[in-house]
Amino acid sequence: MSLSTVTPSEPKTWGLPYRIVVEPRLSVPRWLSPAVSVGAVILALLLGGVVIQLAGGNPIESYIHIFKAAFGDVGVFSDTLVKATPLILTGLACTLAFRMKLWNIGAEGQFFMGAWGASAVVLFPLLPANTPAILMIPAMILAGFLCGALWGLVPGFLKARLKVNEIITSLMMNYIATSWVLFWVFGAWSERGFQMSPTFPKSAWLPRLTDYAAQVKAFSGLTVHLGLVFGLVAAVVVWFIMNRSQWGYEIRLTGDNPKAAQYAGINIVRNTVLLMMLSGGLAGLAGMSEISGVVHRLQGSISPGYGFTGIIIAWLAKLNAFGVILAAILFGGLLLAGREIQPSGIPRMLQGIILFTVIASDVLLRYRIRIVKS
Amino acid sequence: MPETPIAVEMRGIVKRFPGVLANDHVDFDLREGEVHALLGENGAGKSTLMNVLAGLYKPEEGSICVQGQRVSLNSPRDAIAHGVGMVHQHFMLVPSQTVTENILLGLDEPRFILSLPEQDKKVLALQEQYGLKVDPKARIWQLSVGEQQRVEILKMLYRGARVLIMDEPTAVLTPQEVRELFVTLRSMTQRGHSIIFISHKLDEVLAIANRVTVLQHGRVTAAGVSAKSVTKAELARLMVGRDVVFTLDKEPVTPGAITLSIENVTAENDRGLPALRGLSLEIRSGEIVGIAAVAGNGQTELAQVITGMRRCTGGRVVACDEVVSNNPPRRAIERGVSHVPEDRAGMGSSPGLSVADNIIMKSYRQAPFASGWVLNRPVIRQTAEKLKHEYDIATPTIDTEARLLSGGNLQKMILAREMSCMPKIMVAGQPTRGLDVGAIEAVHRLLLQEREQGAAILLISEELDEIMSLSDRIVVMYEGQIMGEMSAAEADLDKIGLMMAGTRKEDLEKQDESIHGHAI
Repeated sequence: MSLSTVTPSEPKTWGLPYRIVVEPRLSVPRWLSPAVSVGAVILALLLGGVVIQLAGGNPIESYIHIFKAAFGDVGVFSDTLVKATPLILTGLACTLAFRMKLWNIGAEGQFFMGAWGASAVVLFPLLPANTPAILMIPAMILAGFLCGALWGLVPGFLKARLKVNEIITSLMMNYIATSWVLFWVFGAWSERGFQMSPTFPKSAWLPRLTDYAAQVKAFSGLTVHLGLVFGLVAAVVVWFIMNRSQWGYEIRLTGDNPKAAQYAGINIVRNTVLLMMLSGGLAGLAGMSEISGVVHRLQGSISPGYGFTGIIIAWLAKLNAFGVILAAILFGGLLLAGREIQPSGIPRMLQGIILFTVIASDVLLRYRIRIVKS
Repeated sequence: MPETPIAVEMRGIVKRFPGVLANDHVDFDLREGEVHALLGENGAGKSTLMNVLAGLYKPEEGSICVQGQRVSLNSPRDAIAHGVGMVHQHFMLVPSQTVTENILLGLDEPRFILSLPEQDKKVLALQEQYGLKVDPKARIWQLSVGEQQRVEILKMLYRGARVLIMDEPTAVLTPQEVRELFVTLRSMTQRGHSIIFISHKLDEVLAIANRVTVLQHGRVTAAGVSAKSVTKAELARLMVGRDVVFTLDKEPVTPGAITLSIENVTAENDRGLPALRGLSLEIRSGEIVGIAAVAGNGQTELAQVITGMRRCTGGRVVACDEVVSNNPPRRAIERGVSHVPEDRAGMGSSPGLSVADNIIMKSYRQAPFASGWVLNRPVIRQTAEKLKHEYDIATPTIDTEARLLSGGNLQKMILAREMSCMPKIMVAGQPTRGLDVGAIEAVHRLLLQEREQGAAILLISEELDEIMSLSDRIVVMYEGQIMGEMSAAEADLDKIGLMMAGTRKEDLEKQDESIHGHAI
């Protein structure tokens, strides 16, 4: 290689002796995807810091405050996990659907329907109030899952049979679901005219760690409930379905190239309906776990947007089921601690910025960007 | 030969991609008014070199001179400003817009008010100069592939291209369209344009080019030799680096039982127009039946009906004694019907999934790849590794995404999948389109091997040479009907050509008889 050879076309270097080269990646190392997600979150925190500074706050102090309020001790971490529980389930719901490029924006509505279905068991009542927990809880799980699945079935069926855009239908179904819940809490299930149902009997409550404080002292005051276990089990199941099962293979193939899936003999219509039902069911389970584990009654305000946050979480986790758990804990912490600084502004902003940086960082997975001497 | 001035001179071009040295100090020069062919296998660096000249890639080293002037090409805009335009293999046109709108797209003029009728006239005037006929008011989706290519050429001419780079222009054309293209190219060189013709089809290169430059593994193995002074065999050796056999060893095979029978099938194309009009055909095991037809005469739809990808409006297809038409594609797959689809990237593979995942696309439901509803990862990986070696698929690992494979390797991957399942019936659509000499040889060998193992093969190809050399029987299709059938022995290029243009075999024979009759 002769040094006398000159570069043919001088690239724009803006006077710098370096230039940026963008090349498509031939392979993506395993560690890269999580690393990029972590990097995106850090960048989002930096950008958020700038905004906090501009708003007259001290970003470093604010972040330390947030961290302490979310992860500072066992007590607050337990509260963070409580917030993370519905997020894990809605995040998994979105992950499943997004893998087949079914844009289920309806996890929020499916969450509400799940909560409604679980409540119906207690409030109609489908089971008498003195039913033991061992029967009551599974019945509520089933009802919550089925109602969420029903809310996923509608857009899924319309998509599969009539090619109706699932983004629109699943989004619109959210409004129906929230109104449906309001209709019941204002009407038939209203407690003495208040906009909420009566408190559920104890047998309809998911067990919490603090309930066992008599046996284990350390559990005292810890509000983590059984719903977290649902979330963790669901993550394992979703991971297994996606990566180890035939059905998961069909979903990945259909998501990547529907025409190839048809060519491979895959029944796309059936899978679309089933997947939307399963996705809706998981979001419904999140709703069940929230009212049975935390709220203990049905009311209008049971979700600060768990279903919508699930979309961000799925994306931050790069549609990896275990990543969803970590992302949900991060967002659970933000949700909990954010409230300490400001009821709505900064935490919501951080969520938004994280979604932006995460989506933008995708380019790093597809391309390698190098700085070379020109 | 009088030395004409140099239009483009590239010296010492080096271009690296991660893991590949695509161009290794490549020199290339183009004289004014000549057609200079750039020949090489897939991945030899032809397209890379021309993308450098078109301003799409930036080389690490080397210099480019256009009309004797040193230039720096940072974008296609720069390149066209210097009179260099490229017609890509995959057209860059907006399907819903008209020809004129596409030609004007991205230009600074006209600035604000667009009078389409006026621009249509300009486009027409340009067309007449070069004999490139397309209706300026037609929308792109209404045009045939050949016409779309003309629009691409017009686009470049309208922008004042003096040097035209054609990236594998014949890969998507029918024989007739190729001839028309050659007429156009000649008329352009007569007007002083210079053309770089990228190809790996030796016959075409020898037919159109004045000079040939051959690339192999990113290096020049023959620089600007006169097309008159070389033979096909020499060029092939320069391309591949070894002798290439152009004749095939075809073992005699006695055809067995009827395995695939197509009974009076009618079907519609995507636009709802009749594509198949009462077509009947039987294929026995151990024979290759070749379909000769000009593109768009129903052969694509025929393949889709057999594999269950398209509904037929009448008739039926029976594969191994079971009706597979108007059934889900899975039925055909389970009856042992393999399908090498025409559209490799769009249908035959899943670009975002790994090579291993692509290889199990048809077999993931069966043991040993699946037990119950769970996939058996270790077995899948072993099989993928084995096929990677057996079919010589050049991929870094079996976990590499399929979108990163070159055209030839993608096709080998598809063939590995479709052949390793021991098919009873194989439908092969354009199996060698866009492949280089070495890969074509491999595909032909594989098809003949399938035949010897007793598969019934339906070969759909626009390469008549391929049809003639591989098939036991040749069936000519025209507008969804069979014009006639002949054995490989009686096959005759002229007759096939006439039948492809819509003359029935009986009518040809009657003519023959009447001629003979007069002679007697």
